[in-house]
Amino acid sequence: MRKLALSDEILLSVEKPARYIGGEVNMRVKDPRDVDIRFCMCFPDLYEIGMSHLGIQILYDILNRREDTYCERVYSPWVDLDKLMREKNIPLFALESQDAVKNFDFLGITLQYEMCYTNILQILELSQIPIYAKDRTEDDPIVIGGGPCSYNPEPIAEFFDFFYIGEGETAYNEFLDLYKECKNFGRSKREFLELVSQIEGIYVPAFYDVNYNEDGTIKSFEKNYKEAPDRVKKQVEMKLSEAYYPTKPLVPFIKATQDRVVLEIQRGCIRGCRFCQAGMIYRPNRERDIEYLKKCAYKMLNSTGHEEISLSSLSSSDYSQLQELVYFLIDEFGSKGVNISLPSLRIDAFSLDVMGKVQDIRKSSLTFAPEAGSQRLRDVINKGLTEDAILKGAAEAFQSGWNRVKLYFMIGLPTETEEDIEGIAVLSDKIARVYYEIPKDKRQGKVSIVASSSFFVPKPFTPFQWCRMDSPEEFLQKQRLLRSKINEQLNRKSIKFNWHEAELSELEGVLARGDRKLSRVIYDAYKSGCIYDSWSEHFKYDKWLKAFEENDISISFYNSRERHEDEIFPWDIIDAGVSKSFLLREYRRAKSGAVTPNCRELCVGCGAKQFGGGVCYEVGEILDKPAIANHDVGNDDLIISTDANSHVLGGMQ
Amino acid sequence: MKVRIKFQKFGAMKFIGHLDVMRYFQKAFRRAGYDSEYTKGFNPHQIMSFAAPLGVGLTSDCEYVDIGLNSSEEPELMLKRINAVMSEGFYVTGYHILKEAAEHEKNVTAMSLVSSADYLVSLKDGYLLSDSIRTNDEFKEAFEDFYAKQDIIINKKTKKSETLVNIKPMITMISFDEMEYLESLKDNLLELFKHDNNDRSYFLNSESKADIYENNIKVYMQLDTGSVANLKPELVMEAFCNENKVPFNPYAWQVHRLEIYTRDETSDKLIALDRLER
Repeated sequence: MRKLALSDEILLSVEKPARYIGGEVNMRVKDPRDVDIRFCMCFPDLYEIGMSHLGIQILYDILNRREDTYCERVYSPWVDLDKLMREKNIPLFALESQDAVKNFDFLGITLQYEMCYTNILQILELSQIPIYAKDRTEDDPIVIGGGPCSYNPEPIAEFFDFFYIGEGETAYNEFLDLYKECKNFGRSKREFLELVSQIEGIYVPAFYDVNYNEDGTIKSFEKNYKEAPDRVKKQVEMKLSEAYYPTKPLVPFIKATQDRVVLEIQRGCIRGCRFCQAGMIYRPNRERDIEYLKKCAYKMLNSTGHEEISLSSLSSSDYSQLQELVYFLIDEFGSKGVNISLPSLRIDAFSLDVMGKVQDIRKSSLTFAPEAGSQRLRDVINKGLTEDAILKGAAEAFQSGWNRVKLYFMIGLPTETEEDIEGIAVLSDKIARVYYEIPKDKRQGKVSIVASSSFFVPKPFTPFQWCRMDSPEEFLQKQRLLRSKINEQLNRKSIKFNWHEAELSELEGVLARGDRKLSRVIYDAYKSGCIYDSWSEHFKYDKWLKAFEENDISISFYNSRERHEDEIFPWDIIDAGVSKSFLLREYRRAKSGAVTPNCRELCVGCGAKQFGGGVCYEVGEILDKPAIANHDVGNDDLIISTDANSHVLGGMQ
Repeated sequence: MKVRIKFQKFGAMKFIGHLDVMRYFQKAFRRAGYDSEYTKGFNPHQIMSFAAPLGVGLTSDCEYVDIGLNSSEEPELMLKRINAVMSEGFYVTGYHILKEAAEHEKNVTAMSLVSSADYLVSLKDGYLLSDSIRTNDEFKEAFEDFYAKQDIIINKKTKKSETLVNIKPMITMISFDEMEYLESLKDNLLELFKHDNNDRSYFLNSESKADIYENNIKVYMQLDTGSVANLKPELVMEAFCNENKVPFNPYAWQVHRLEIYTRDETSDKLIALDRLER
């Protein structure tokens, strides 16, 4: 029988002990003595959130296919266990073998959002691994980072031995082979890092020194190991229909955020929304083959027993064989008690038909993500969605029986004016008016409109990476303005207004575009008790402010400054495929309100074509078809869904 | 058709709460390819009902869940299929297609008839009860003295109130070793149904999954369980500790459920849930 790392007494005195015992369905079991490499994969947040993450499941599967490697998992202990582990000096352990993480070869940490940075330090400290990479010895695990935040790893660079930039399918095997060889030859960690830096996609921060100008901006990156690459190029898996897909995903005992089979239908996005980092860094758009997806759906439902399957992608409507896939899923599994959940669908006859089949209309709501309140601002952000299309879509949905609408907006977008903000209130009201145009005997009671606004946070590798970000005061002022405008509307009683915390967004902004100087701030904030920052009940703004102050680092330097077009960014060391000149071109177009066509309409030369596949190589063919080329695809991008849209920023709750 | 599944829950799975066990079995039946009966509507769910939910931290040899199926293969095959998809800590030991209720009869669930259960309560290693109760014999003597009392009054606290309850009548048997326990059960039980392995049922003889501790301080007891009267073994241990002026540490005891019964009204004997025909 498996022995647990924690005593019964501890497990019974913390919330949800199932977070710490492992043993889940489809957990891989190996004898650690039989392998050469022990890899601990970490999602630095609560178990229920980490277990819902597809990327970890993919990597877990890939690594465990290797006979010489045992990949295990660890998540952030919740605050109750955190306290007990510190009191009793219990080292953090992996769920599978329940062995201490500090005895592993690798600790791989996925970086999904900036607000998990203090949790990374918690993981390291509880594991009894020195927090700064420079303090680690030959006996400590090699600490690796990957995931979206590794595209600007600089704020946390000093805590990691190396970062893996790009999709995990490609180079993991290469560096693990290298590691095994180094271990067999008794090479030092330094020697391994030197060798691993030669693998494309791997960034060893210790090999670069950063020089700063007097104003605090970056003067240059200087290599202190001359063989290290000048820039680190992201890795992309081009053969998605041949790539590994975890057909036996783990099934937790307790309800995770994603309690369903997740079928990733494509990667990347053809839309060029200018605020969206995912839309840029995951280019080029690559679809998985439909027959491959059907097979995966079968296998995954069988191996997990899940009652629900969900399609995952940045914009499902752009998947070219979506109708066939969705009708297949409904016909094949609908009668077997499997729910089908379809996030981010454009609203049209097809999606309304599907929604009517798979959901209880009375209980579900319609989600639109116009992101901005006016057409002018939607053009600035390249969100090709017109008011006309929203109102038409809403009218059709209302006639089919829906009466609940969720709207997602961002406040603080570049060039925003009071009219744009007022536009949010006006648009919400117009949707309500559309509802009340339906004869009384044909509609289902009152309409409910929930308008949620998050604060815009400029992200690296987006056309808005040069922008200044509003301060919390400006955000709150705009929020008040919006509230008062909503109260002026005819249907104000049907409109509910939600908003995010401005302070959390401010910090997210600093960490997103920060540099290496921030590692001290993150360290001090953590040491003063900051952890689980994305959980509003644990977010300690005052402690963060104090950490900035004590390190003499100003928040406004990172957030409130329009960056020069030729400024060197901390993340310039990374080559994400899209070129800086393309991003700058897009930024200039944004300022003039010019809309850029999507990848299927026209290739605008972003740089992703170099990867040799995906949508970049189907464009010519599509442009030859005038019916599609003339059709303004970008302007009917309505989204209908019951789940949050991928563009929604902010906390995790 | 209605099928009664009997299973053991042990090891690390004792930390999985009842609601999660339900979710676990729903998914397990799907993995095993059971032809489950579903409720109608937009959120269809499997028809299943559990007997006497087990608390977090307890292990058991005798958990029961009744499920609705549209069809079934041979019981032996069905049992093998479900065990093939179980994770360590769950082991199915019985699959029994229940008799349908005759038309004029009310379809009662055995779950609603639960009246009694057997438990084994052991002191975990690493915990000391008191300086004077260190061995199995000393424990036995102290516990027998405790049980010999006319009344055992405890202060039962609910969210709203506190009431004094005499739990003595709710403890129907105590015993200190396995042989003695099995012996005392003999005259007490009624079997309406033999464990024949046939086209309606298949049972495995699986050894008890109760954890064994070196200190050997343990007690078997039969307690009233269910909706009419319900006594948790933890409360008995708390009363015992109070009686002996020893602080009660809830983490020191491992509670293991051995069997669940319903009471036959005519004979006043107990029938284990896997000895019922429906």
